[in-house]
Amino acid sequence: MTLSISLTINGQPKTIALDDPRVTLLDLLRERLYLTGTKKGCDRGQCGACTVLVDGRRMNSCLSLAVSLNGTEVTTIEGLAEGDDLHPVQAAFIECDGFQCGYCTPGQIMSAVGLISEGHAGDDPERVRELMSGNLCRCGAYQGITEAVLEAQRTLKEQKERDAA
Amino acid sequence: MNRFDYICPTTVAEAVAGAAETGSAYLAAGTNLVDLMKIGVARPQRLIDVTKLPGLDAIEWSPDGSVRVGAMVRNADLAYDLRFAENFPAVAEALLSGASAQLRNAATVGGNLMQRTRCAYFQDTASACNRRAPGSGCDALEGDNRLHAVIGWSEHCIATHPSDFCVPLAALDAVVEVEGPQGRRDIPFESFHRLPGDTPEIETNLAPGELILGVRFPAEAARFKAHSRYLKLRERTSYAFAVVSAAAALDLQEGSIRHARLAVGAVAAKPWRIREAEEGLIGGEPTTEAFAKAAEIALAGASPSGDNAFKIELARRIIVRALALAAEGTPRAMPALPGSPFSSASGVSHVA
Repeated sequence: MTLSISLTINGQPKTIALDDPRVTLLDLLRERLYLTGTKKGCDRGQCGACTVLVDGRRMNSCLSLAVSLNGTEVTTIEGLAEGDDLHPVQAAFIECDGFQCGYCTPGQIMSAVGLISEGHAGDDPERVRELMSGNLCRCGAYQGITEAVLEAQRTLKEQKERDAA
Repeated sequence: MNRFDYICPTTVAEAVAGAAETGSAYLAAGTNLVDLMKIGVARPQRLIDVTKLPGLDAIEWSPDGSVRVGAMVRNADLAYDLRFAENFPAVAEALLSGASAQLRNAATVGGNLMQRTRCAYFQDTASACNRRAPGSGCDALEGDNRLHAVIGWSEHCIATHPSDFCVPLAALDAVVEVEGPQGRRDIPFESFHRLPGDTPEIETNLAPGELILGVRFPAEAARFKAHSRYLKLRERTSYAFAVVSAAAALDLQEGSIRHARLAVGAVAAKPWRIREAEEGLIGGEPTTEAFAKAAEIALAGASPSGDNAFKIELARRIIVRALALAAEGTPRAMPALPGSPFSSASGVSHVA
């Protein structure tokens, strides 16, 4: 059974023929579209390394069957920067030392982008930690990650205020 | 993962008709089902994707104050819905204490009710498990069982129900709307899930092919909005299933308890509502002594199923504390760590 689905991935509309409905969004991105920035950690929704945005919401791509996401817009880590200009969240992770080995980082960054657009953390580090708890970091860079999320949130807020002015 | 057929119906009738075929399973966000398929615990022959069905993703209020939450409403959307959270704060707190932000963005109301136990022996296909493979035995009985059931278990199964959301649903007299081959019907939430008895493989009272359409909250459930809490003890601060949890709700009038609701989570194969304890509280004052008595009543029938006698005392204390927190009043803002007994003061960095 071949299933045809339409996805917009990092702004580009794509029609994808799936020969098997078992393909998760994560495996579709990595193995078939060669977008290997999204990482496979546990593959069971426990570590957050595979986090991407689906219609602007952060989700675990390892637990989503690609076929079920027909018609959605997916944003991965490859879709954040504009050319050589890093997304403010990417820049803040470098600035605040929000990683060591880097394996969980794409998931952390996509989760942080989702967290900031959800807008429930305010400037409270406790809320940031709680709302980032679905992203594990075996190197233990949590202090830098929390600071990076808060820093990026400030930058994005300033940008928005500048743009509005 | 086994091979399966995939269909994506666009009407409820089509979905229900599709489910008549043996080996069919409904798929919502898949946060539990896809995981279980990957590890071989669930092996459906056919998945019926219900995420595109119309009319199941709304939160609809009636003029009388009752509300119907569609089965495909995502956990995060319900928890952050201002009107819903104001009227049913313990439900919002329970939702936000569960899973992670990513999972809450995906997981649905209907899926939450249908999630399976997290018993390690259920999830390990090399272990004996009557719930997964009827008649095979229960390796949890002689295994690592410190987190297993202390109420309502049987020698056939000592697993617990993992949901946070379902605990306040049991307390608040929610109603589950389902549609199946025989038409539509309502199932009172308390009788939706089943205790194991000698058929632990039958987890709910859904008939074959029945699909959850939504969950209704009666208007009376909003009378507790000023005094409602969900308290959840976990083995780490966040992103863990409950060791023991409790939903407590009080309706206080001039210093005495007019109505009370109490349910405990992670102690049984279903969310455990305790009406006798509620009745004992009515008419009295909200004192620690009254709450301790309610906890005694609540756990009168509890017994360890293994190395988990501590959960009985823990449940007693969680009940008393949840009732005390409810008596103090629903917090003005959602706590930074929803449901947690370990929330530190907001704004303080605990990594100094």
